[in-house]
Amino acid sequence: MTLITVEKLSVRYGANTVLQNVDMAIEAGEIVTIVGPNGSGKTSLLRAIIGATNPSAGHVSRKPGLKIGYVPQKLHVDPTLPISVARFMRLTHRVSKDDCAAALAAAGVPDLLKRQMSQLSGGQFQRVLLARALINRPDILLLDEATQGLDQRGSASFYQQIEAVRQETGCAILMISHELHVVMSASDRVICLNGHVCCEGSPAVVASAPEYRALFGTGTGGALALYRHEHDHNHDHSHEAAE
Amino acid sequence: MLDDFMTRATLAGIGVAIAAAPLGCFVVWRRMAYFGDATAHAAILGVALSLAFQMSVFLGALVVALIMALAVTLLSGRGYAMDTLLGVMAHSSLAFGLVAVSFLSGIRIDLMAYLFGDILSVSRTDLVVIWGGAALVVALIVWRWSQLLTATLNEELAYATGFDPKREQLILTLSLAVTVAVAIKVVGVLLIAAMLIIPAAAARSLARSPETMALIAAAIGAFSAVAGLRSAYVFDTPAGPSIVCVAAVLFAGFSLTGWRSRSGV
Repeated sequence: MTLITVEKLSVRYGANTVLQNVDMAIEAGEIVTIVGPNGSGKTSLLRAIIGATNPSAGHVSRKPGLKIGYVPQKLHVDPTLPISVARFMRLTHRVSKDDCAAALAAAGVPDLLKRQMSQLSGGQFQRVLLARALINRPDILLLDEATQGLDQRGSASFYQQIEAVRQETGCAILMISHELHVVMSASDRVICLNGHVCCEGSPAVVASAPEYRALFGTGTGGALALYRHEHDHNHDHSHEAAE
Repeated sequence: MLDDFMTRATLAGIGVAIAAAPLGCFVVWRRMAYFGDATAHAAILGVALSLAFQMSVFLGALVVALIMALAVTLLSGRGYAMDTLLGVMAHSSLAFGLVAVSFLSGIRIDLMAYLFGDILSVSRTDLVVIWGGAALVVALIVWRWSQLLTATLNEELAYATGFDPKREQLILTLSLAVTVAVAIKVVGVLLIAAMLIIPAAAARSLARSPETMALIAAAIGAFSAVAGLRSAYVFDTPAGPSIVCVAAVLFAGFSLTGWRSRSGV
């Protein structure tokens, strides 16, 4: 079952075209990751999907009644705003205390209910954001670089949690990430974006696609090493040979 | 009971404090303090225009404050930083307002009354306008509370939940214009921002949730109005500034104790 369909989507800010002719779809229960360099339109694509950016052409259609759980890139709680974790969990939906506690436990941060949001560590904060997004039992979870600011261990365990969430609830996951090495192993499908869809498919297929290599080079060794060794490509590496 | 000018002044002060408190919390959370200032300063132009065309001062101030607030909202993010834009708009509208007032020959205007308020001359009609405006603002904010809070925390979260944060911003802008218009008589255009920000800021160190912060801010604002008027009567000081002074002293006291308890001194 298709949850979200993006057809011939173009997004323009003034004279600047950030996305052109993007086609994609998210099926129920799959984990899809969007990768791409800075300025490739990843965030614009996500904003168009949630309706925060109006497309200049094409359109985004959602399954009727689709429930979206959204985990923002970063959420700034102004120091002047007192808000406890429990209150934050009930920000957009009325839910019982028990449900809040259960969602926090599922996100790996039990016992935080009474803490103030401003007192949380970076990792705790992101997990609370995840718990809040899950509390409404969404059909799809959208994550915009949700592990920014976490160390490698923190983000690896965050992605494990995401995988566990999918296992338990069966909700689909669409995420943007910079961390190629973690993301590639956690995804069913990868979409490589650079203003348009360069290539897409399973992590192994994308990692070996020439378009992907042209964007990320071979310097991102970790990402590629997971899938294959680097003996069969034909980029110009004469400068390396000279070393 | 309403025959006594002190009673009317007190009721007017409490009315403004109650509207300003929850709105002031959002002004503080969203860092819109200067926005409140700009809207208020623009209102003096509205005062001048309404005197020239013999309209109600409330209406003139409301219209100009609203135009100002909408203009700033539309212009923001188009090349100038927000504080630059607000600085230009706030002070130039104040200047244009003062110049416009000087053209009004034939009418003797006590400019001080509009700059610093004239709470002791509040009439029964003024009271109706003030409490009507306050009720409108409080109703708007209570109705949209959860959406306003979500939009304040994160715009994308608002979109993903299914509502437009720009509409919530518009509701705040509208409330701000109404509050400015009703508060002119009470504290004057130069001190309206103080009534918005100081009680909310003073409530911060006492509150553990957004809702309690708004309620405590309302209590602090109302107390400041009562105590300020009382001291204005006793010490024969100007009423509007006295109210703001009381609020400022409360802010200093609460912040200091809050800071002490947090740092464990």
